[in-house]
Amino acid sequence: MKLVVVGNGMAGMRTVEELLKIAPELYDITVFGDEPYPNYNRIMLSPVLANEQTIDDIILNTREWYAEHHITLHTSARINRIDRKSRVVYAEDGTSAEYDRLLLATGSKPFIPSIPGKDLEGVLGYRDIKDTNDMIAAAKIYRHAVVVGGGLLGLEAANGLSIQGMDVTVIHRNEWLLEKQLDKTAGIMLQKSLEAKGLKFHLSTNTEKIIGDESGRVKGVYFKEGFELPADLLVLAVGIRPNFALAESAGIHCDKGVVVNDTMQTFDPRVYAVGECVAHRGISYGLVAPLFEMAKVCANHLANYGIGLYKGSVTSTKLKVTGIDLFSAGDFTGDEETEEIVLHDSVGGVYKKLIIKNDKIVGGVLYGDTTDGSWYFQMLRDGKPIHEIRDHLMFGPSAIGDTGHQGQSQASLMTNEMEVCGCNGVCKGTIVKAIQDQGLFTIDDVKKQTKAGSSCGSCVGLVEQILASTLGGGYAPPSTSKAVCGCTEKNHEEVRAEIRTHKYLNIPDAMRGIGWSTPNGCATCRPALNYYLLSTWPHEAKDDPQSRFINERVHANIQKDGTYSVIPRMYGGVTTPDQLRKIADVADKYAVPMVKVTGGQRIDLLGVKKEDLVNMWSDLDMPSGYAYGKSIRTVKTCVGSEFCRFGTQNSTQMGIDIEKAFDHMWAPHKVKFAVSGCPRNCAESGIKDVGIIGVDSGWEIYVGGNGGIKTEAAQFLCKVKTHDEVLEYSGAFIQVYREEARYLDRTVHWIERVGLEYVKQRILEDAEGRKDAYERLLYALQDAVDPWAERVKNREKYKEFEIIAI
Amino acid sequence: MKNWVKVAALHEIPALGARVVRSNHIDIGVFRLEDNRIFAINNSCPHKGGPLSEGIVYGDKIACPLHSWKISLVDGKADEPDVGQTACFNTKVEDGFVYLELKD
Repeated sequence: MKLVVVGNGMAGMRTVEELLKIAPELYDITVFGDEPYPNYNRIMLSPVLANEQTIDDIILNTREWYAEHHITLHTSARINRIDRKSRVVYAEDGTSAEYDRLLLATGSKPFIPSIPGKDLEGVLGYRDIKDTNDMIAAAKIYRHAVVVGGGLLGLEAANGLSIQGMDVTVIHRNEWLLEKQLDKTAGIMLQKSLEAKGLKFHLSTNTEKIIGDESGRVKGVYFKEGFELPADLLVLAVGIRPNFALAESAGIHCDKGVVVNDTMQTFDPRVYAVGECVAHRGISYGLVAPLFEMAKVCANHLANYGIGLYKGSVTSTKLKVTGIDLFSAGDFTGDEETEEIVLHDSVGGVYKKLIIKNDKIVGGVLYGDTTDGSWYFQMLRDGKPIHEIRDHLMFGPSAIGDTGHQGQSQASLMTNEMEVCGCNGVCKGTIVKAIQDQGLFTIDDVKKQTKAGSSCGSCVGLVEQILASTLGGGYAPPSTSKAVCGCTEKNHEEVRAEIRTHKYLNIPDAMRGIGWSTPNGCATCRPALNYYLLSTWPHEAKDDPQSRFINERVHANIQKDGTYSVIPRMYGGVTTPDQLRKIADVADKYAVPMVKVTGGQRIDLLGVKKEDLVNMWSDLDMPSGYAYGKSIRTVKTCVGSEFCRFGTQNSTQMGIDIEKAFDHMWAPHKVKFAVSGCPRNCAESGIKDVGIIGVDSGWEIYVGGNGGIKTEAAQFLCKVKTHDEVLEYSGAFIQVYREEARYLDRTVHWIERVGLEYVKQRILEDAEGRKDAYERLLYALQDAVDPWAERVKNREKYKEFEIIAI
Repeated sequence: MKNWVKVAALHEIPALGARVVRSNHIDIGVFRLEDNRIFAINNSCPHKGGPLSEGIVYGDKIACPLHSWKISLVDGKADEPDVGQTACFNTKVEDGFVYLELKD
C-alpha cells in the first residue's frame, strides 16, 4: 500500500517513525515537505538564533535516514492540490503521488495581522530555518529590532536578536508578558529580569503601521498610542494558526483546524491528520508532547492494529526564557470559587502560586524555582486531594533522603561534569548532549538512550529538569496514561477489575479476554498479571513460573556473576546455636565464598551455584527466608522486654508471631516489618512498610515507611492494645495493599496515591471490612508450602536446577 | 561437518522457558517459545555476561535477568538502542527430542 505524508515536520515524521516500529513493511512511504531541509527540531530554532546550536545540530532525520528506510522524500515541494477521488496529491513543482492512505501534517503558520506595511522587506514571522537565517543575517548589518508580540516565541526571538548584538524592543498588547502562561505578578518579574539583560518593552501598546524607506525596506513603526520607534528588522510573533488550507481546499471538513476523531482520522476515512494543523475535540495543540501522543495513536491505526485512542492532552508549559525558569499549568488565574496559595520572595526572585478548587490543584505558576513543577502537574492531572499535605504543599515534595546524586535537587545548579545517575554513572553533560544530538523529547527517550534514571529511578526528577531546561518551551511532561506496558492500553486498575469481573484464572485467558496486543506479553506485564491473578483468586488461579522473575522462580537471589544467595528464615531474627552450626557446616561443605549478616537480621550465604541450591536446602533443612521475592521479607525486632531494661513489650515474640502468621505471602513488592519494644525504636520501625512500636499501654502501628532510594518515614496508623489486634490491623492493612496496589508499588507509593485517610477509613472506621480483609489474607496463606522443602521433596518436577552436560 | 547433539526431550524444556546446556565450559541457553520453536544462544548477555537462560522469554526475545537488556533469540542481537550480539546455534526437533548443532 502507498502512504503519502504531506508535511515533513516533527509530527508527520514522528508518526512515520512510530509506524516503522510496528509495521515496517506495510507501506511504500512518500513524504512531501515545503522546506528545503529534511525533518529538523523546530524547538531548537531559538538556540540556533542564540548561537548555542547550528542548523546541522538540529536535524532529526538525515537524508540517509530516509534512504535507509526506503522513504521517498520530496523537499521544497509544497502540495497545493489533493484529488481525493483518484487519490493523488499534486505539488507546485509538478510532482505528484498516488496514495492509499494520506497523512496530513501541515503544521501551523505564523499569524500575520493586517497591518499596513507588513509586506515590506525586513518584516518577518518566526517559524522556520529560513526566518532564523534571515534574522541572523539582518543582525550582522542592522541595529534596531522591534519584536511585536510578548509571548513565548516573541521573547525567544527578542532574546536571540539581543545575543546577536541588536538593540531590541518588544511590543506587547497586553498589560504583562506571556499572559497565556503567567499571571501579572510573574509577568512583571519576568519583564524586570529581561530589562536587566538589556531588552526594552512597551506594554499595552498596539501597532498602527509599519513604514519603509525608498528601497522598500522597513525603517520604523508607528503605534496607536502616538509614538514611533526606528526598526531595521521587525519580527511579527503574535501567534500561530493551524495550517489547514490544503485540507479545506480538498473538501475535508475543517473548523479552525483539520477536524479529526480520536483515531486521528479526518472525515475522509483514507485521510489522517496529526500535529498542529489538527483540531481535535475543538482544540489545536502547539506543544510537542501532544503531537507525539497523536503520532503514536495515528501510527497504530495506519498499521491496521485498530487500538489506541487519542483523548486530548492536558498541557503544561515549562519555559526557558533566557535562562529564567518558568512553569505554568491549568487555570493559573482563578476566580471567586477558587482559593490560592502564594509564596513570593521578590528579592530572591522566586514566586509560586497554586490555584485550588474543591481540594484539588487546578492550576499554578512557578517563577524562578520550577523544581516542583512536575510534581504539582502530576497532582493536577490525577485530581489528587491535597488537604493532607496542604500545609507544606508550597515547599514541594521533601528532597530529604534522596540518595545517589550528591544531594542535588536542582539540575540547574549542577555542572556538566556532575553525576546525575549514580547507578549508571551518567553525568549532566552526557544527558544534555544526548538530548541535543539525538533529538530526545521524553523521559523514556532519555532513559533508553543514556540509561540515566533507568535503574533505581531516584534521579528521574533531575533528568526531567535537564530535559525541560534543554528543550525549553518544547518540553511537556509525559502523559499520565498508566498503561501496564506497551502490550495493552489498559492501566493496572482496569486489568485488576477485569480479572475480578471475568474471573480469569490463567495468563493466556486474561490476555485474550483483556485484549493484549502481543501474543505472550513482555517481561514487564507478565509478572504483574501473574501477581494480579494469584492475589485476586488465591488457591484457584494458576501460578506461572515462566512469568516470574528468576529470583522467585528458583527461590534464591541472582547475583552479578550468575550465582545465587541463600537466606534461610530465622523468625523475628532469632536463631539458635544448632541453626548456626548447621549454617556453618553447609557453608563449609559448599565452599560458600561469603557469609554475611543482612540488614534484616538474617544470615546470607552468597555465591552459590544454581545446581547446588537444592542440595544445600536439603542439608540446611530450614525454611526459605523469601529474601528474593515480592513477598514478606523479614520482621526485624529489637531485644524487647524479655531482656532489655527499657523494654515495655515483648517485641521479639511479637515479631516471630507476625512472621509466622504472614509467612509465604506474595505482594506487589517486597514487604518489610519491624517491631520495637519501646519508643527508642531500636528495630527502626519508622522506615518499614509496617512498623510496630511497643509502648507501656499497647502497640503503635506505623505504615508506609521506606529506607530505600528515598527515605520515607512511616506514618502513624493507630494504636491498639493487644497482640491479636496487632496481627489483625497490620494483616488487614497488608491485605488491602495486596488487593489494590499496582504491581511494584511499595506501600509508601500506594499510600501516596490513595491517601492515608483512605487507608484509615478501610482499616479503622470499617471494623467489619478490616476483619474480612484479615480473613482473606489468612485464607490466601492457608496450606502454603515451603518452596525449598517442596523442591527437595520433588526434585524430578524441578528440572530447571539441573544443567544438561554434553 | 555437521555436529548435531541430542540435548533433551522437548517436554523437559518449559514453554516460554529455557534450559542450560554445558559443553566444553561454554554454557548454551536453549529456549522454547510458546509455539514450540527452539532457539539456542550463547548463555551470556553482551552487556555484562548475565545468564540469559534465567530471564523471561516473550515473543522471540529474552529479557536478561541482570539489567533487562532485551536479546533476540533469532539473531542474538540486543534491542536498540543497546548494542551487542551473542552467538547463535542451530537447533532442530526430531521425534520429540531437541538437537543442538555445535560449532567445531
